Amino acid sequence: MAFETEELKAIDKIIAENLASKDQQKSPLLPVLQDIQKFYGWLPEKALIRASQKLSVPLVSLYGIASFYNEFRLKPLGDYHIVVCTGTACHVRGAPLLVSELERTLGIQVGEVTPDQKFSLETARCVGTCAVAPVIIVDGEYHGKISKKEVQQLVTELREEGE
Amino acid sequence: MERIDSPEKLKALQQAAQKKQEEKESFITMCGGTGCQGSGCQKVIDKLKSEVEKRNLSDTIGIKITGCQGFCEQGPLMVIRPQGSFYIRLEPEDIPEILEETIENKKSVDRLLYTDPESQQKIEKEQDIPFYKHQKRLVFKNNGFIEPTEIDDYFNVDGYSALAKTLYEMSPEDVIEETIEANLRGRGGAGFPAGKKWKYCRQEEAEPKYLACNADEGDPGAYMDRSILEGNPHLVIEGMIIAAYAIGAHQGYIYVRAEYPLAVKHTKQAIEVAREYGLLGDNIMGTDFSFDLEVAEGAGAFVAGESTALMHSIEGKRPMPRQTPPRSVQQGLFGKPTVLNNVETFGNVPLIIMNGAEWFKSIGTENSKGAKIFSLVGKVNNTGLIEVPMGITLRKIVFDIGGGIPGGKKVKAVQTGGPSGGCIPEDLFDLKVDFDELSEAGSMMGSGGMVVMDEDTCMVDVAKFFLDFLKDESCGKCLPCRNGIPKMLDILTRITEGLGTEQDLIKLEDISKTIKKTALCGLGDSAPNPVLSTIEYFRDEYEAHIHDLACPAGVCPELIYYEVDPEECKACDRCKRACPVDAIAGEPGGDPYVIDNKICISCGTCIEECPFEAIAVIPGQQEGSEKVKRVAQK
Repeated sequence: MAFETEELKAIDKIIAENLASKDQQKSPLLPVLQDIQKFYGWLPEKALIRASQKLSVPLVSLYGIASFYNEFRLKPLGDYHIVVCTGTACHVRGAPLLVSELERTLGIQVGEVTPDQKFSLETARCVGTCAVAPVIIVDGEYHGKISKKEVQQLVTELREEGE
Repeated sequence: MERIDSPEKLKALQQAAQKKQEEKESFITMCGGTGCQGSGCQKVIDKLKSEVEKRNLSDTIGIKITGCQGFCEQGPLMVIRPQGSFYIRLEPEDIPEILEETIENKKSVDRLLYTDPESQQKIEKEQDIPFYKHQKRLVFKNNGFIEPTEIDDYFNVDGYSALAKTLYEMSPEDVIEETIEANLRGRGGAGFPAGKKWKYCRQEEAEPKYLACNADEGDPGAYMDRSILEGNPHLVIEGMIIAAYAIGAHQGYIYVRAEYPLAVKHTKQAIEVAREYGLLGDNIMGTDFSFDLEVAEGAGAFVAGESTALMHSIEGKRPMPRQTPPRSVQQGLFGKPTVLNNVETFGNVPLIIMNGAEWFKSIGTENSKGAKIFSLVGKVNNTGLIEVPMGITLRKIVFDIGGGIPGGKKVKAVQTGGPSGGCIPEDLFDLKVDFDELSEAGSMMGSGGMVVMDEDTCMVDVAKFFLDFLKDESCGKCLPCRNGIPKMLDILTRITEGLGTEQDLIKLEDISKTIKKTALCGLGDSAPNPVLSTIEYFRDEYEAHIHDLACPAGVCPELIYYEVDPEECKACDRCKRACPVDAIAGEPGGDPYVIDNKICISCGTCIEECPFEAIAVIPGQQEGSEKVKRVAQK
């Protein structure tokens, strides 16, 4: 897993910028990981290794933070990223059935990516749009009061769109 | 841009903003909150903008895209002022008619108005709708009037006047006294008096002092803080500057969860603008008081809402809670005295400063003053954000504001306080909603999530849901939480699969006691609440799961079966085609269809598909195809 030159420059820039932050008391680990994830959409191992070397921090400390927070991903996303909210309001309005429906339709479990890299599926603990529960988010776009049937339609549309 | 260096300068800016506002004949406000985004408001907004442009109305008609207006259920929402017409569930196609009728002919478009479900009457104005009528909007009052990215809109509602009053007319001690006198209790859930917290922090000798705002809002089912920050960020910033002045802090942080991108964006933008106006930074409003703010983005961890964990997260570390004392007011951020308050608490501060403690105290109950914002969600007709005076009854919230339960179902409980709270049964709905009464009933105020549950909600499943959440979110530092929660979840899972025993309930209560006594932080300490409160109030449901192998609410897949009513079935074949596991047999036009419960996974697809409501969920085990036996044999 070698770096492209541009990539390496970008990672080094992220680290340098965070080290130069005016708030010297703050540990740069969390913001560095957040910025790397903003760059890639996930946290590739090579970028973590680079960050660990540059920051003189054991890789395991970075891994500790990356695996603790829900936001971080150690795997890339699919072309379409589907998040099902499983907060309390969505739960009582049938979110578990949406999750199993999507797992069946896409043929993957939560946290996985389809073999063709087209879809990835995740659940969220609450996305804060409880009034229009149940909610799914596709590539950042919120779909409220969604039914299983509409989920099916949406996936079909996305499949066709990608072809 | 001119810096505000005196109260007079602020006044001039406020007057200029008001004048600018008056130049328009009317304002069309569209809700751009995340709830309405979920209902597709962006398309309506785009259409509105292009139509206004096309019709050359831009000079007379102002458009405001506000934050959450509250009635998310009916979104996308629009209010036209000064006419006051309130339109719901808008589609882009409705825009031309609105512009012609309401703007040009000054008439309301009846079909877009809210219909009162009881009287079937159309209601034109927002304030006459039952959902709004019973509310007391304080912090939320201006959400529907302000475009969050326009500081002029905040000036227009006398924004930053409280700050001017604080800096020019009050000493830090005055501010603390006023807040103590108002008895403003922490809106994050625990209800600790904010003024006292400030006083303790001010008394500490160590310097510098820090101020932090908790906008982590990890409780599933709650989104009040998000809506305040998204819709009216300057209110929170103003409250924070006042609090910083009171405690003597010069640096503050707003900790926002990353799942709220719009709140992060609006807050950052508002901080920048405030800085340009000299409302943040050095020499605020021309005084010698300096204070600056920074947004710290969380990365999604429920435990990060716990105060000591939150501070670790701001420091860029893993959010592990630590033992208290020392309390955060003694040793918080970077080991220095720190005050941490919730978004809504800060939102109340400018109001108290402007209107006085006496005014604030006139609202609410003896020990809980003011109003509280709740997210009223779940199985209730009118879902959305409500701000109600402390002391209102749950019954009033669920039935008068919430409009009752959809589909004529029977209400079962209200869950408050998120994973730390409990479920309050219908026979306690007359209790008054305040910090103390909710705790007495075995729940808690929490940050304001209020999830209504009806007869189709299984309380054992709800308890399991919360423990499953807490198991994932437990940081793993202390043993009772790390091991106790998974153990309890294990037992609950067994019960929902029909493998529970009477002993299990005793075990659950036993482990709960141990966790409550020994857990390190608030997360573990309150983790058993959802289980204990459901066992207390819904023991019969647990017993039905254990003894009758039946889920009375029809939720737990192993303890229910599906049945086709032969009288109702028209053999249309829809259910068979929809079934993902081929569990349904029958020929189109032939005999009534039959579901094989040995194969059925209780996914509910056939029930949704059936146009004749011929498929029913039956609690218990079907003779000959008992699901629980199947599990036992595995």
